[in-house]
Amino acid sequence: MEPTNDQDPSYYHKVVDCQWACPAHTNVPGYIRMIAQGQFDDAYMLNRESNVFPGILGRTCDRPCEPACRRDRVDGQPVAICRLKRVASDLKGDISDRLPAIPTEKNGKRIACIGSGPSSLTVANDLLPLGYEVVMFEQFAKPGGLMRTNIPEFRLPDKVLEDETQVILDMGVEVRYNTPVTSLRALLAEGFDSIFVGVGAPRGKELDIPGRHDEVESHIYIGIDWLESVAFGHVDSIGSRVLIIGVGNTAMDCCRSSRRLGGTDIKVMARRPREYFKASTWELDDAEEEGVEIIVNHAPKRFVIDDGKLVGMEFDVLEWDPGAKQSTVLNTVIIPCDDVILAIGQENAFPWIERDLGMEFGDWDMPVVDEVTMQSTLSGVFFGGDAAWGPKNIIWAVAHGHGAAISIHNLCSDVDLNDRPPQGMNLVSQKMGMSEWSYHNDYNPSPRQKMSHVELTKRFESLDLEVELGFSLEQTVHEVQRCLNCDVETAFNAPACIECDACIDICPVHCLTITSNGDEADLRSRLSAPAPNLDQDLYVSAPLPQTGRVMVKDENVCVHCGLCAERCPTAAWDMELFDLQIPYAASANFIRIGAMSPSGANRGS
Amino acid sequence: MPSITKPLIPLSPLPKNDLGLTIRDYEGQMSTLCAGCGHDSVTAAIVHAFWELSTPPHMIAKLSGIGCSSKTPTYFVRGAHGFNSAHGRMVPIATGAIAANRELTYIGISGDGDSLSIGLGHLMHGIRRNVKMVYIIENNGVYGLTKGQMSASADIGSRPKKGEANALAPIDPVTTALSLGATFIARSFSGDKEQLVPIVKAAIAHNGFALIDVISPCVTFNDHEGSTKSYKFMRDHEVKEVQTDFVPIRAEIRAKIPADDAIKVTMHDGSVVQFRSVPEGYDPHDRMKVEEYIRDRQSRGEIVTGLLYVDESAKELHELNATPTSALAKIPYASLCPGAATLASMQEDFR
Repeated sequence: MEPTNDQDPSYYHKVVDCQWACPAHTNVPGYIRMIAQGQFDDAYMLNRESNVFPGILGRTCDRPCEPACRRDRVDGQPVAICRLKRVASDLKGDISDRLPAIPTEKNGKRIACIGSGPSSLTVANDLLPLGYEVVMFEQFAKPGGLMRTNIPEFRLPDKVLEDETQVILDMGVEVRYNTPVTSLRALLAEGFDSIFVGVGAPRGKELDIPGRHDEVESHIYIGIDWLESVAFGHVDSIGSRVLIIGVGNTAMDCCRSSRRLGGTDIKVMARRPREYFKASTWELDDAEEEGVEIIVNHAPKRFVIDDGKLVGMEFDVLEWDPGAKQSTVLNTVIIPCDDVILAIGQENAFPWIERDLGMEFGDWDMPVVDEVTMQSTLSGVFFGGDAAWGPKNIIWAVAHGHGAAISIHNLCSDVDLNDRPPQGMNLVSQKMGMSEWSYHNDYNPSPRQKMSHVELTKRFESLDLEVELGFSLEQTVHEVQRCLNCDVETAFNAPACIECDACIDICPVHCLTITSNGDEADLRSRLSAPAPNLDQDLYVSAPLPQTGRVMVKDENVCVHCGLCAERCPTAAWDMELFDLQIPYAASANFIRIGAMSPSGANRGS
Repeated sequence: MPSITKPLIPLSPLPKNDLGLTIRDYEGQMSTLCAGCGHDSVTAAIVHAFWELSTPPHMIAKLSGIGCSSKTPTYFVRGAHGFNSAHGRMVPIATGAIAANRELTYIGISGDGDSLSIGLGHLMHGIRRNVKMVYIIENNGVYGLTKGQMSASADIGSRPKKGEANALAPIDPVTTALSLGATFIARSFSGDKEQLVPIVKAAIAHNGFALIDVISPCVTFNDHEGSTKSYKFMRDHEVKEVQTDFVPIRAEIRAKIPADDAIKVTMHDGSVVQFRSVPEGYDPHDRMKVEEYIRDRQSRGEIVTGLLYVDESAKELHELNATPTSALAKIPYASLCPGAATLASMQEDFR
């Protein structure tokens, strides 16, 4: 193999599995260390820099970081990253003086954001400090988008949502509430310099089977619309027997909300076996803990309507082949119920975008959006969040918002949209002395801490009683020590190596080998321990000075304990803190200001 | 010393030996030697050898004298018996222990100071009695524990980190042992576990005194330009023409090793040492030829490594003394010491 290029930020970035997996590349180990030292404000601000909504995400994030966490490969349980994020948010003090200053003198550029969900708010968050004016169009009377309408208060308290949205609105957003955009043509005519579309995926999927429209008074609801009605207080009760069709996270919010609005016999009906569920495992667990029954292998056949009234639903009972591709119907069953909530997915809808404006639409009537610039084929109109490519989650929406903000700033600065500020990195030695590091390098065998919940007897008293209590200080102390500090990198300097084998002998996971070079498959078969995880890179050094062999490191289960560096007599190994420099619109501005010096000489063509 | 103890990682995929133990079960305490010390690599080789042979930890006795080398028994097989003796006195202690309990596997770790200066007389008698033990000299040419004076194994012209070059002729443990009639003689290099591990395994299987001289660089006092015991010097001057494989009992002999012209030695316990390659005319059973070959290479400034000489036919201490096959320690006291009357009658025979 060729020597690894560790000067490319993406090499070490990939070693920090959580940060690599996070769409917004949150510096997870960095903020966990801050929490460990009681620096909650710092931890919150480090989070906010990349993910903008630490308090909201600390409760609701889809957590792509956790399945990626190295700790999962080391003891089978990832670090409770999401819960720790909430700790930083819950324990922070007043951070208002650490927010970016908003220039009183504006730069003369006006941006329209359609929708006030996480992606639009991120765009505003990134552009307001640069002097932009942002006008936000919100169809309801309150901001937050799907974070407000689709996430029940027992999971995300209103105050947390309010705080983190208000911080951005207070930067000077002009919000036009109760103002749905009904025509893009009309909005374009208002002369904004750029338009960002962050309207989410607002249409719940319909289930057109017999009986759907035969009721006199409707007791069949579309999940996201029903949750919206609950969020705004338009609905405050439901029948005692409720069927939820579908088994995604919306279904979980529907069944748990039903439990709080009068439902006592609640069944979530799934077509396929459990391993194919879309809902996060922890949301399934929480629902079942609250007495919700989850029934697999039942496909809806018809609504049973008696005298104009919904009385039940008929299902095909299925048997699936291995792999759950083909099913056979065993029999049918009628399950009586009072109400049915359909939570079988949601889709985008852009009835307000005129199709003769020059914006290209592709498959499923979705606008064609560039994956890097977030721009549609209509110059100056950008998409993000669920509006861009269909339902994802909040953290993706934030990532889209950051990307779109860079594009908008480029557009308004007359810079090519693809001329984007690059990622950078800092690598700094953590050596404090002989066998002494600036980070806590010992492996802590603590098990993953369990979140405590409000007791079941009290939990259903009100809809807005938050179920998760958050980690106690004691739990926090244990959980932070489970983080393996994957951002403190084992940096190797081949010319200094004398091939004494000390690092190889000391490594607790046998991830180091000195051997003759070969191709990757060959090398993987000749290491101190098998390296079967092909998702994890091999580090390969330049040829070593004495024998011409190479140092190979399997990144898979390195616990970053630093023993290799401690036992290295020549400091060929060092533990160096990797700090990814993520570009935002503001950092682009920094470069641009340099480029646009008064003489304008650097601009070139 | 390291800031932390080497952690035990739950899901680290570690294979198990015949006893169901992982290699971590054969480790000891954390080393307090200098970072990069060759001795730690020798320790790792010993750990590997015992683990691969599935030797029960409680059936191992590890002994040492004084010096950096003599600290190392602490760093392997924490479940073994151990005795850290006075300077240079490891052999008599070991001889006594072996006399009392021949059922354990004995491994002594010494250094060039402990073995070739203060303990040289004992070493010679250990060889002479053919005490059944593994005797490893971790040879770095300096007294590291007293800050780097040249030792008895330092070559003429070898320079210490500070001061004058060494003018005295070295004592070479390999040629010395050859001349004393040692029955198992090897030299290796701490930086080459591929060679060292099979040699340690063969030494454990040997029926008698097995001497391994391991060049084990001192990174702090003797790894500089001008040293003849540095990592760099060894890599530039080592000759590895004698190459061996160790085939434990019950293991199948791999077909890829040429069967006809290979020299095979069946060890006392049934395991086999195979010489994969030897220089032309080299015979690991011929004491004179081996010495001639080593001296010839030495005169060219080269250091020969490998399992150099084996004689599996010689009798070891217990056979020489016709002691019972079970350990003396297990014989009931009344039989072991039958009393004054029996002693008196025995003495009658010598009058």
